[in-house]
Amino acid sequence: MLELEAEQDAPIPLAARLSCGRAELMALVGPSGSGKTTLLRTIAGLYVPKKGWVRVNGAIWFDSARKIVLPTHRRRVGFVFQSYALFPHMTALENVMAAMGERRRSEREARARELLRLVHLEGLEHRRPAELSGGQQQRVAVARALAREPDVLLLDEPFSAVDRATRQRLYEEIAELRRVLSMPVVLVTHDLEEAIVLADRLTVLHHGRTLQTGTPAEVTTRPASPEVARLVDVTNLFEGVIAGKDEARGLVLLDWCGKLLEVRSEQAASPGTRVPWVIPDGFVLLHRRDRPSRGERENPVPGRIVRMVVLGQTARLALAPHHAPDLPIRFSVPIHVARRNGLAPGVEATVSLLADGIHLMTESNPSVRVSPPSRSETVVPA
Amino acid sequence: MDWVAIGLSLKLAVVTVALLLPIGIILGRFLAYRDIRGKEFIEALVALPLVLPPTVFGYYLLVAFGMASPIGKLWYELFGHQLVFTFEGLVVASVIFNLPFAVQPMQRAFEAIAPDLRAAAACCGMAPWQAILKVEMPLAWPGILTALVLSFAHTLGEFGIVLMVGGAIPGETKTVAIAIYDRVQAFDDVAAGQMALFLLIFSLFTIAVTSFASRRVGRRLG
Repeated sequence: MLELEAEQDAPIPLAARLSCGRAELMALVGPSGSGKTTLLRTIAGLYVPKKGWVRVNGAIWFDSARKIVLPTHRRRVGFVFQSYALFPHMTALENVMAAMGERRRSEREARARELLRLVHLEGLEHRRPAELSGGQQQRVAVARALAREPDVLLLDEPFSAVDRATRQRLYEEIAELRRVLSMPVVLVTHDLEEAIVLADRLTVLHHGRTLQTGTPAEVTTRPASPEVARLVDVTNLFEGVIAGKDEARGLVLLDWCGKLLEVRSEQAASPGTRVPWVIPDGFVLLHRRDRPSRGERENPVPGRIVRMVVLGQTARLALAPHHAPDLPIRFSVPIHVARRNGLAPGVEATVSLLADGIHLMTESNPSVRVSPPSRSETVVPA
Repeated sequence: MDWVAIGLSLKLAVVTVALLLPIGIILGRFLAYRDIRGKEFIEALVALPLVLPPTVFGYYLLVAFGMASPIGKLWYELFGHQLVFTFEGLVVASVIFNLPFAVQPMQRAFEAIAPDLRAAAACCGMAPWQAILKVEMPLAWPGILTALVLSFAHTLGEFGIVLMVGGAIPGETKTVAIAIYDRVQAFDDVAAGQMALFLLIFSLFTIAVTSFASRRVGRRLG
């Protein structure tokens, strides 16, 4: 279990809380310059923020209040650098063995060979980094990071320097590897797709602040704030006014530029409150022209298709609602669906905004929000 | 051929280089990695011998080493003889005068090591001294070797400062460069020519060997 809190105003503003359980893969996502790598380096002791603490399996690695700063070499971390940072004068095997200072000399080579086998590099033990491909170098870096039997594994954009095909293969290998790992894994990435594919939970970071932590599904469909919605690329972000409640059906009525929408929400905001809301792509349902389908009665919004872009097998569409032509709703359908319904720019169409998919937010940014473990457990240093 | 002078020059160069190795590594590494206030000033101080005429430099050393100065007095009390016009005085002058030739290449060599590599060494559990031994030194050694060769060759050829601080006492402070000057003054062109040729070939050889060695390392590390 890894827990961290970091706070400072300068030189890099930080207001972050993070937790990552045993065998959990936590992705830190955010635009470049959001402080992701700084947090990772804080865990490793390569960066020391002004205030905060880092605790791993109950041991304190850093605590500004008690002036404890464990030097990096005494923290059991496995760090895979963006540049891999392999020692260029050592072979793959020597690189892995370099992280085994605590082991008996006689055991090192056998264990290093085992780790290189684990990352599918048998036969390349005696190559130097310069003689290995990007993907192979990344695997050596992973093997070296595991060689110390780390308490936490830290991955800093480890897939950014390899081509797409290699990256897909490395994703699979990491997923496979995780079955044999039992430590917290923190992955830093600016690639949301990557985070969604690999992570159990993700934490959204912006300007050094952790904005939201949750499963990929939670964060992408129920962003905590408009800021998070923008960061995780939820395109349908609008604003409405609470119009009332339908207690019997558990619905909130939302006035969206004069159109009443039914929203399944627990939100208790009083009528008249302005609220930002989102609806993820997957909850926008296109009405079929030939026959009606389930869910069509929910929040029908007629409009005109204003944009259609075909990307591979998917058509990405924008529909300008008749009641608010300046606020296009974006959604996508398989290309054959678009063709069968005769969709094209200028064509009239109707979509339903599913009540389950509409997510109401509060305007003010909720301050740091961390999913379990709860704050009360984590403040007391052991 | 003044073999005594050649021997003395070689001895001076070896001792200078032996002293500059630890000094250069410590100072070069310090300047490469530590971000301290006044770093530019230290760098300027180290580089000063590059631009200062050897006679000016020699003059100040003479003053500093003389019996009127605290350094000169301390030396006399410790060792019972003066620092100026002795081999020891020559060594001290030579070490100071060669600082830029030793420190700058070493500093560049340490600076050239990617910060991530040093971070990786720490993440591998290496204590700072282990990281220096296992990661930094193997990567910096071409630069360190270059520094030592430059200092060595430069010491062999140094003239002005040796004359100022050491005088030209045969077997004590009369180095080969001074011997050449001495022979030319005495119209002994044969001896002067021989020694000059020796110095030329020797310098060329050492520099060629180092650049060959560091290129091989460069290729290996790709």
